[in-house]
Amino acid sequence: MDALALARWQFAITTVYHFIFVPLTIGLAPLVAGMQTAWVVTKKERWLRLTKFFGKLLLINFALGVVTGIWQEFQFGMAWSEYSRFVGDVFGAPLAMEALAAFFVESVFLGVWIFGWDRVSKKVHLASIWLFALATNLSAFFILAANSWMQHPVGTIFNPETGRAEMESIGAVLTNNTLWAAFPHTITAAFLTAGTFVCGIATWWMVRLARSRRPENVEKARTVYRPAVLVGVWTMIIAGAGVIWSGDLQGKLMYEQQPGKMSSAEALCEGTEAAEFSILAVGPLHAGCEDVDHLISIPGVTSFLGTGHFSGPESYLPGVHDVQEQYTERYGDTTASGDPVTYTPPLAITYWSFRLMIGLAAFSVALALAALWFTRKGRVSDNVWLGRLGILAIPMPFLACSFGWIFTEVGRQPWAVVPNPTGIDQVRLLTERGVSTAVPPGVILTSMIVLTLVYAVLAVVWYRLMHRYTVEGVPDTVRDESPEAQSPDDADRPLSFAY
Amino acid sequence: MDLAILWFVIIAVLWTGYLVLEGFDFGVGMLLSVLPRGGREQRDSERRVLINTIGPVWDGNEVWLLTAGGATFAAFPEWYATMFSGFYLPLLIILLGLVARGVAFEYRGKISDARWARRCDLAIQAGSWIPAVMWGVAFGNLVRGLLLDADFQYVGGFWALLNPFALAGGLTTLILFLLHGSVFVALKTDGDLRERAGRLASGLSVVALVVAGGWAVWAQLAYSVTWTWAAVAVAALALVGVVVAARARREGVAFTLSAVAIASAVVLIFGSMYPDVIPALDGGVSLSVAEASSTPYTLTVMSWVAVVLTPLVIAYQAWTYWVFRRRLSSKDMPAPAGLSWRKIKDAAF
Repeated sequence: MDALALARWQFAITTVYHFIFVPLTIGLAPLVAGMQTAWVVTKKERWLRLTKFFGKLLLINFALGVVTGIWQEFQFGMAWSEYSRFVGDVFGAPLAMEALAAFFVESVFLGVWIFGWDRVSKKVHLASIWLFALATNLSAFFILAANSWMQHPVGTIFNPETGRAEMESIGAVLTNNTLWAAFPHTITAAFLTAGTFVCGIATWWMVRLARSRRPENVEKARTVYRPAVLVGVWTMIIAGAGVIWSGDLQGKLMYEQQPGKMSSAEALCEGTEAAEFSILAVGPLHAGCEDVDHLISIPGVTSFLGTGHFSGPESYLPGVHDVQEQYTERYGDTTASGDPVTYTPPLAITYWSFRLMIGLAAFSVALALAALWFTRKGRVSDNVWLGRLGILAIPMPFLACSFGWIFTEVGRQPWAVVPNPTGIDQVRLLTERGVSTAVPPGVILTSMIVLTLVYAVLAVVWYRLMHRYTVEGVPDTVRDESPEAQSPDDADRPLSFAY
Repeated sequence: MDLAILWFVIIAVLWTGYLVLEGFDFGVGMLLSVLPRGGREQRDSERRVLINTIGPVWDGNEVWLLTAGGATFAAFPEWYATMFSGFYLPLLIILLGLVARGVAFEYRGKISDARWARRCDLAIQAGSWIPAVMWGVAFGNLVRGLLLDADFQYVGGFWALLNPFALAGGLTTLILFLLHGSVFVALKTDGDLRERAGRLASGLSVVALVVAGGWAVWAQLAYSVTWTWAAVAVAALALVGVVVAARARREGVAFTLSAVAIASAVVLIFGSMYPDVIPALDGGVSLSVAEASSTPYTLTVMSWVAVVLTPLVIAYQAWTYWVFRRRLSSKDMPAPAGLSWRKIKDAAF
């Protein structure tokens, strides 16, 4: 493999891996903050117990998000130096803002939260977890501002002397309509992930305790786990509605801004009105859209996703061939190095990742509805299948998030920076032009192998810890360690040891 | 003032923040097996004290690195691209070290198991020793210059980075961080551990004065400009002060002065690079501050962001150091709170 292919694989592996931990942190941090708020406001101990339990899982998860995130910021310069030179004037700004505005708040106030239970007042401690939660969401905003600019460059001019993109308006970059669709979509998906996580674990525990029939266990299922189930359910319902709304918003924008991505999501060869939504396609998708049979399709739905019209002339969607023709006319049929260029992304990946992203959400829907039904009117369920559904549903939104990103990023190929149809044509960059030229392929291969192995080991440790702490369950007793609850003799107590 | 120069200074400030703050937590990590004494349980207890001295702050310290990286990307894209692709392997090694120690800090106490703790200790030590040396090697090369072609691509290869001057730079950061860490431990612990850290700091301060002083003079004579002699002098005076303060067990003073020594080293490094961000070597081209910088518009935007946010960051980060100002001691160490691995095998999922 050449340096380009290796750098792309490396980026894909490390980014998909990083984004296993990110959505759970983004969604779970505010939920834990909410649980702690419930404890501080209602003084009901069960909320403190739930805070401690889900807080531990949050910390185990966050640790890997942090350490895998460092590489993310560095690999642009290391493996994608030519990309960095071209976009740095615009793209670097949101990254630097993310570090200054979000990462500092995250890391500093998480430290206060972990170590400060007995050091700062209840209110300050509560504020710490909220600041942490807000900062994780804010960091998502800035990194999505950077990514959305790659999908749809705005506020940028091209300097022919330097051959670089130059920022003209930070306001335009931060109010990019692509960003304001991608941000709610990512955040609501993260809340769906965390809601499913909380609901899945609490449901499994509720069922498990209820099945033991011991009165104290059933009581714990009712007073501790059932409320957590409902926290998860309502998070899923609200976030799920948000995912659908923001996804629809994205579909319409994609139709305007990246028509090729839309048609390749459908493996749609020729432009058509009332385009069908294909549910199952067979045939050599990897070779193109020509010999693909769409076995099951729903009429008009794809047109609706892109245009808001099921049929008629306004529902017209261009096909893969139309886009190829258009781009070829506008941007030429060869790359700078003289190779032929195809403006169609790998269809097998775009087609299936789009479907998996949507389809895997069905598990969250099933869990939300089932959990809502089985806990109706104060009930506690001992249905073993409900518990199993809870566990089964947990990984699904994680996978859906991954497939969503794989679709978004693979779907914009061959571009790293997709030309803005109403913007300046020169602000565009083919992915193959972005890779570092000073780094030999063997070096990238080495880092790819080492990172993959290290990440694999960490994944095993992460999974076993998450599993172990989940199985441990909500603690039966917790102590209010806050300074308000300490006796005067405690004032000279040493710091608590959290590690 | 020229905004590009302002940003060159801001980048230097960010690196100062990073090396001063993470410098002592590298030092604490490196001393994890050096300082603890006594039986197995006592040693483990003291290791936990050491890790807890930096527990609430190490992650916030590391964000200075992310900010330095992000700010370089935003303000000097050419510098970011040339330096990071040129330092590909050294950066990879540093980042792997940071990954290992970060995970080990967070996961060590999650499982109560002696073997698990040993493995995490190994990861913390490797992840502290390696970056502590490598950062010095990297900055030594920036002072010395890198072989760039006309497109600002690094063409010198990996082994050329391991030249005597850069390796001496690595030794310098290593000694400075060890000293900084031992002074910090003396400042943040109590009892016997404090005493041992104080003695170690006292010895290390003399070594640091010789090694760092020697490297600074080398850098000054071979690669720098006249005014950075001031930074060399301040660093030397600060280290002499550490020698005296460490001997007198004035821990607060010693810590402040070792921080000043590290900051002066950064001033020397950046001062010698200016007006380049990467000086030329062996007839290659140099990359200057002006050539590497972003457009005035981007720099203006980023200046406002930095002016508003940086004081805020420093304020709340300083506040957490105040919150966690108490000394720690193994006398107060509670039993480990981690779970055992065993139950996982019995768990019925």
